Amino acid sequence: MRPGAHPRRGMGQSPTLTLTRLGPVGYPIGVSSEEPSQSFIRVRGRSFMAVVLVPEAPIGDWLTRLDEQTRRAPLFFDERPVIVDFSALPIETDFPEVLAALKTRDLRIIGIEGATPELLGAESWGLPKLLGGKPVGLIEVPETPDDAAPAPNASLIVHGPIRSGQSIVSLTGDVTVIGSVSSGAEVIAGGSVHVYGTIRGRVVAGFTGGKDVRIFCSRLEAELLAIDGIYRTADDTAPALRGKAVQAWLDDDVLVVAALD
Amino acid sequence: MMAKVIVVTSGKGGVGKTTSTAALGAALAKSGQKVVVIDFDVGLRNLDLVRGAERRVVFDLINVVQGEAKLAQALIRDKRVDTLSLLPASQTRDKDALTIEGVEKVITELREKFDWILCDSPAGIEKGATMAMHYADLAVIVTNPEVSSVRDSDRIIGLLDSKTARAVKGERMDKHLLITRFDPARAERGEMLKIDDILEILAIPLLGIIPESPQVLTASNVGSPITLNSPESAPGRAYFDAAKRLMGETLPMRIPSERKSLLGKLFGRRVA
Repeated sequence: MRPGAHPRRGMGQSPTLTLTRLGPVGYPIGVSSEEPSQSFIRVRGRSFMAVVLVPEAPIGDWLTRLDEQTRRAPLFFDERPVIVDFSALPIETDFPEVLAALKTRDLRIIGIEGATPELLGAESWGLPKLLGGKPVGLIEVPETPDDAAPAPNASLIVHGPIRSGQSIVSLTGDVTVIGSVSSGAEVIAGGSVHVYGTIRGRVVAGFTGGKDVRIFCSRLEAELLAIDGIYRTADDTAPALRGKAVQAWLDDDVLVVAALD
Repeated sequence: MMAKVIVVTSGKGGVGKTTSTAALGAALAKSGQKVVVIDFDVGLRNLDLVRGAERRVVFDLINVVQGEAKLAQALIRDKRVDTLSLLPASQTRDKDALTIEGVEKVITELREKFDWILCDSPAGIEKGATMAMHYADLAVIVTNPEVSSVRDSDRIIGLLDSKTARAVKGERMDKHLLITRFDPARAERGEMLKIDDILEILAIPLLGIIPESPQVLTASNVGSPITLNSPESAPGRAYFDAAKRLMGETLPMRIPSERKSLLGKLFGRRVA
C-alpha cells in the first residue's frame, strides 16, 4: 500500500456494521433504519417434487395393482413423499377407509388433494394443507428394482494381486480374489472369502455376523484370518499349514484351519 | 518418438533410487537418446551429487514450478554426455511448494524437448512421492532382496495403480522391477530373498538385477553415475542391460558378476 493511502475494503467483503454511539442522554445516535427492532426468523417458500397417487374406482382393484407395482419396484416409494389425489373417486366413496388402507402400506403420505377434510374425517388429521403445486406429467415406475440397492448376497470378484495398504471391503456377500493378498493388505467380506493365490495379509470373513462362512486359499502365509470376529494370527497357526492350500471355518467359536486335500 | 516419463520409486529409502535414476539416465543418454533426470526429493536433494553437478545448481524444480525461473535456466547439461540433463531439486524449500498443476506444466514442457524424462522419487508415500509418480507413463520400482523393501514396493505399486493420472483415467501403467544390491551367494544361503520369491510377491515384470558391489558407492562418491564411471563393472553392465530393456530390446536375464582373472576363476571353480 502507498504510504498515507486510505485502507480500502475488499470488493467482495460485506459492508461492516455502523457502530452506534450513545448520545449524552442515553439515546442512540445515528441508528440506521435497517437495524432490526424486533427479531424475526426468515421464512422462505420452496417447491419440491412429490409423487401424486390418484386412486380409481373400483378401489379394491386399484389397491391390488398398487401392491403389485410396489413389489416389482420395492424401492420406488421408499423415502419419496407421496400426495394422494382423491379427485378421480366418486363422491359416494368411503374416503376415510381408502386413506386408512393407503396408510397401512409403506408410503410416506405428506398431503391430500381433491377431497375436503370433512369427507376424510379423522384420518386426514395432521396432514398439512398443500399450497399450489405444478403438474409434471406421469412418472414411470421402474419395472426392475433400483440399481442402487445391492442385491442380497452380491458376490465380488477381484483380479489381484491386492497390494499392501489396499483394503477390499464387501459386506454384502462373498469375495473371490484371483491372485494373491499381499502382506499389509486386507480383504473384508460379509460372506466367505476365496483366494486363488497366496494370502500374506489379513482376511476377514463373516464380518456382518455370519458363522456359516469359510475362508479358502491356495497358499497360506496369512498374517491374520478371522471369521465372525474370531481370529487367528500367524503365530497361532500350525507351522505345518504354512504354504499349504487350506480352508478355515468356525467350529463352536473356534477358528479351525485345515489343509485342503 | 513420443517422450516417455518414468518414475523411479520404491517406498523405502536407501534402496538405490537415486543411484539407479542416475545410472539408467546416463545409460539411455549414451545411446544417443535425449534424457532429463528430475530430482523430486525437495529438501533432501542428492541427484546433483551423484551426477557431480552440485556446483552448477542455480535454479531448481521449485523455481520452475513456481514460475520464478524458466526451464532452460534450471536445466543443467552433463559435461560428459551432452544429451543428458538434470533438473535439480531445491535443498531449502518445502515440498509443499510443489503443486500438481506446476508439475504438469514442467513435464509437458520437458516432453517437447526430451525422449526420456526420469523422475527420481523421494522415499515414502507422501506428497513428494505422489507428485513424482503422478504424470508417469511407466514406473521402475527399485527393490532390495529383503522383506521390508518388498512390502514397501508392493504398497507403492498399489498407489501407482490408484493415484496416478493414468490410473484415474482408467489406463494401465507399465511397471518394471529393478532388484538392486543383489548378492547371489547370500540369496542361496537364505540370507536374502530369492529373485523368484520377490517376483512371486510383486507380480510385475523384471527389468534387471543389479549385483551388490563396492563400485556403486565409489561411483556415487566421485559424483559420476556407475554407467559412466565404470561401465564395464558388473553393476554398470546390469544397468546398461536394464536401459536396453526400457528401450524395447529383449535380452536374456543375467546377473553380471565381476570379471575374474584366470587365477581367480581357477580358485572359484575349486571352491565350488
